[in-house]
Amino acid sequence: MSTRIFGSGIKRREDPRLITGEARYTDDIKLPGVLHMAVVRSPYAHANIVSIDSSAAEAMDGVVAVYTSEDIGDGLAGLPTAWLIPDSDLKTPEHPALAKGKARYVGDGVAIVLADDRYRAQDAADAVVVDYEELPAVIDPEEAAGEGAPLVHDDVEGNIAFRWVMGDREASDAVFDAADVVVSERILQQRLLPTAMEPRSAMAQYNPATQELTLWCTSQNPHIHRFIISAVTGLNENKVRVIAPEVGGGFGSKIPCYPDEALVSWASIKLGVPVKWTETRSENYLITIHGRDHVQHVEMAAGNDGTLLGVRATVYAGMGGYLSTAAPGIPTILHGLLYVGPYTMGSVFCESIGVMTNGTPTDAYRGAGRPEATFLLERMVDNVAREIGMDPVEVRRKNLIPAFEDGYEVATTLIYDSGDYPAAFEKALDMAGYGDFRRQQKSAETQGRYLGIGVTAYTEMCGLGPSQVAGAVGFQGGLWESATVRVTPTGKVQALIGASPHGQGSETTLAQIIAEELGFPVDDIEVIHGDTTETPMGWGTYGSRTTPVTGAALAQASRKLKEKARVLAAHLMEANVDDIEYADGSFSVKGSPDQAQSIQDVALMAHLAWNMPEGMDPGFEESQFYDPPNFVYPFGTHIAIVEVDAETGVIDLQRYIAVDDCGPQINPEIVAGQIHGGVVQGAAQALCEGAIYSDDGQLLTGSMMDYCMPKADMFPNFELGETVTPSPHHPVGVKGVGETGTIASTPTVYNAVLDALAPLGVTQIDMPLTSAKVWSAIQDANGGGS
Amino acid sequence: MWPNKFDYVRAGSVDEALSSITDDGKFLAGGHSLLPVMKLRLDAPEQLVDIGRIPELQGISANGGLTIGAGATHDAIATSADVQAMCGALASACGQVGDQGVRNFGTIGGNIAHADPASDPPTVLVACGATVNIQGADGSRSVGAQDFFVDLFETDLKDGELITSVSLPNCSDCQCAYVKFPHPASRYAIVGVAVCLKMDGGACAQADVAVGGATVKAVKCAGAEAALAGTTLDDAALNAAAEAIKSDISDWLAGDIAYPESYRQQMAGVFLKRAVAAAQG
Ligand SMILES: Cc1cc2nc3c(=O)[nH]c(=O)nc-3n(C[C@H](O)[C@H](O)[C@H](O)COP(=O)(O)OP(=O)(O)OC[C@H]3O[C@@H](n4cnc5c(N)ncnc54)[C@H](O)[C@@H]3O)c2cc1C
Repeated sequence: MSTRIFGSGIKRREDPRLITGEARYTDDIKLPGVLHMAVVRSPYAHANIVSIDSSAAEAMDGVVAVYTSEDIGDGLAGLPTAWLIPDSDLKTPEHPALAKGKARYVGDGVAIVLADDRYRAQDAADAVVVDYEELPAVIDPEEAAGEGAPLVHDDVEGNIAFRWVMGDREASDAVFDAADVVVSERILQQRLLPTAMEPRSAMAQYNPATQELTLWCTSQNPHIHRFIISAVTGLNENKVRVIAPEVGGGFGSKIPCYPDEALVSWASIKLGVPVKWTETRSENYLITIHGRDHVQHVEMAAGNDGTLLGVRATVYAGMGGYLSTAAPGIPTILHGLLYVGPYTMGSVFCESIGVMTNGTPTDAYRGAGRPEATFLLERMVDNVAREIGMDPVEVRRKNLIPAFEDGYEVATTLIYDSGDYPAAFEKALDMAGYGDFRRQQKSAETQGRYLGIGVTAYTEMCGLGPSQVAGAVGFQGGLWESATVRVTPTGKVQALIGASPHGQGSETTLAQIIAEELGFPVDDIEVIHGDTTETPMGWGTYGSRTTPVTGAALAQASRKLKEKARVLAAHLMEANVDDIEYADGSFSVKGSPDQAQSIQDVALMAHLAWNMPEGMDPGFEESQFYDPPNFVYPFGTHIAIVEVDAETGVIDLQRYIAVDDCGPQINPEIVAGQIHGGVVQGAAQALCEGAIYSDDGQLLTGSMMDYCMPKADMFPNFELGETVTPSPHHPVGVKGVGETGTIASTPTVYNAVLDALAPLGVTQIDMPLTSAKVWSAIQDANGGGS
Repeated sequence: MWPNKFDYVRAGSVDEALSSITDDGKFLAGGHSLLPVMKLRLDAPEQLVDIGRIPELQGISANGGLTIGAGATHDAIATSADVQAMCGALASACGQVGDQGVRNFGTIGGNIAHADPASDPPTVLVACGATVNIQGADGSRSVGAQDFFVDLFETDLKDGELITSVSLPNCSDCQCAYVKFPHPASRYAIVGVAVCLKMDGGACAQADVAVGGATVKAVKCAGAEAALAGTTLDDAALNAAAEAIKSDISDWLAGDIAYPESYRQQMAGVFLKRAVAAAQG
């Protein structure tokens, strides 16, 4: 019959509502009597709050109340840090919803104003007079960890929130001491602003009669938000309902529970009316988490023959003014464990130091720790190649882990699930025409044109993850997912999931999984998510985990239903269960194909329950909790070709080839979309994005006038390829693909540019590679001439 | 995103606009510079007098030279056959402003009154010797573009004065071009160079050159002009002009955190050469 639904590139069912503007986001939801909250925010990166005078603001038209942290008192507990990495001497300084006595970054909340109108709330916020005593600020994480740096929290000595060590220092030293070559580089992983298209928003409605709180908010994980809001407000968790309506992207920035969400909840409880807050884009840049912010000192050891022997790094990871929800896990567990990448390299060592600074708090941003690891690894492989005079492709080819189908343990102790790195590598090189390119590059150079190529082989861990591992590494939650497949009497499917997709197209792909398993037409399947009262518990959408984990739960729930259907169908056709054959949503008896029961027939009978087999309960619904036995490890090879205009330093990204393996692709169009978006986001880190602070901690890239978001015309048409290596432990073999593009593309583009600049003697430029920096580097390498 | 409170008046004529404006009021044209700063609360006029629908401010007419109404949008200018024929560089500059939405709303009057140093049209107006026509409560006056732009966001315009139009000489017998090096974030100009060359056979009889983006205002570049004039625009002349332009703008340099003054100054030389090539191409 028709082509398989699994693997077909059907259109995203989310798109009509998204592209016609009909989607309903948090800010679109209007409640009568709502009060608008505006937050008075510290204009200083570090300042004592001497006094707050809100009398003028309180007297203004429409203003209902102005509150400070003193007014809140113990009405709200501090926001918790929920990733308590063990053996790291972790300090978790208090994170009050409003600053108590001291502001620790520009944008730190100092007071809130509640008014009947958003404009009036803002007018009144401007009228709150705060007397600050400015203190010296520190932004650079390495500087903040140094002698004499201003102390961000009195109880975090030396600003060091944690010191996490992976590997054996002496064993690593021995490898480095004995190696033919050691290359080193100081790598800056600049701060990035996640910039989801929809800024954050939260609206709380407390019902004093039922003592129930409903919180609509921009969340990637409403069940985690419920958990934390319940903890900070003291309400029972079953009295808190969190709804993530349409959420316009997150990239990690909508994982954390922020002060603003706690504040609208508290204010609604206090006043008994709904309270709403929506950030402006300027606020978004100041207060929504930032990503990356590492200063890394990296070394790699290798043999003269190109054998990679070991990597080691000291990482200063900027945490900002407070430790955000998952922050400590990002530059540690999600970072160090990726240090061998796809290579056979036997020695890894990482010391990651989490440092409090006066910047905006950082947390998970697309890739979260893994891009920072993949970048340093791939950068150092190119450095090794240069040092020993070998082609960087040869070095990679020589060290790739050979194909394996079920488990490969690497030096970081991870057990990769499956991979065929050489296959993806060679495919990408073929697509790029590597040999030809090297010839073209040579001849172009004779005409004063500078072409470059960057090749990244990568693997990454995603589909987070086994809960036992989560517990062992201090994550304060599980990492399983649950799902219910509910079939109505007329044979239409509602799939309820605990995860909370927000742009990934999961409503489409997850429906395809169910359609494949049960034979319902895909258009008869709805995927419902985002409301803690409607959906079963789940830990959320991040870490490329929704397809691997929720998808597995749905596949297994579907399989349970199919088993029930098979038994019921056999009963209805008065046949032996063993004689039942299934194809395309229809059950028939072996040898008599004219008699059949469709899945819809069976679903109806299960609801009517007029004629059930002995011992079978009525209804057609199954639930499944799924805890993955391992992470999944997608992999691939990306290649970029660039030309640098030496006169201006402008980079032209001419070709981008991406061969990715995420196991069988449920929907190739959606996979391609994830890779396109990911590549753009990662390439933008190499080329143009970067938050810049002044020395006194003012964010200088506070709007898109200065913070350079990537634009479509900066990119060529991407050339995508694939290999298919199923995950051995996943029910449908799939791996995550939400972050691979971001993880692979930054080093790919960076290395391509540095390859182009090699003939000019340029060996290092801090990201982003703006034309001004590239041009200056060329001038410096040429001895300052212009 | 939440501007302060303001009063709003829509004027039907220039006279009505001039009589309506108060001390703390501002004219509102396309709103594409004024509203963003109001939304950020960087400016808080108490009154807006909307001049967007005043018929006298609309239109582009060709009559020996060009007269462009202050209310002409960037798009109208970029796509006008008269402008393309008489001052291709201005059509090109207006066609490179922002994106199509910005060009549909933003006006030349608003653009030059705002006097953002990274704007595109002012550079061409200064290079091509445009005149800004102004009307105030006390009557009308005209100012050369070079004198109109005073400094960063500062013009010769007095409080309550309205730009009614901009006039330009007919440059159809010149080779002119505007070349822009856009800022990757904002797409405003890191550097914009306008050249207008009068050619006599193979030689350049007269060169007019202006730079924007790299400078606090559009700057006319006499040194570069002298280096080009009287030459065949050969490499030696171009190199000399590229050097000279750096001194021409050295007192007026502007920059930002990512693209500092020193870089923009160098790029003015590079883009001068590219502008001359574009004018000749
Ligand atoms: C996203 C974006 C991108 C942009 N990119 C570019 C770019 O690449 N290059 C570029 O050059 N510009 C760019 N601009 C600015 C654009 O050109 C603006 O339209 C222009 O600067 C202002 O014109 P307006 O009609 O919108 O003026 P308004 O915003 O209405 O007014 C601007 C100022 O001029 C005053 N004013 C307006 N008309 C008159 C008049 N007739 N007489 C006296 N005063 C007057 C107003 O009172 C106000 O102070 C961009 C703008 C945006 C929003």
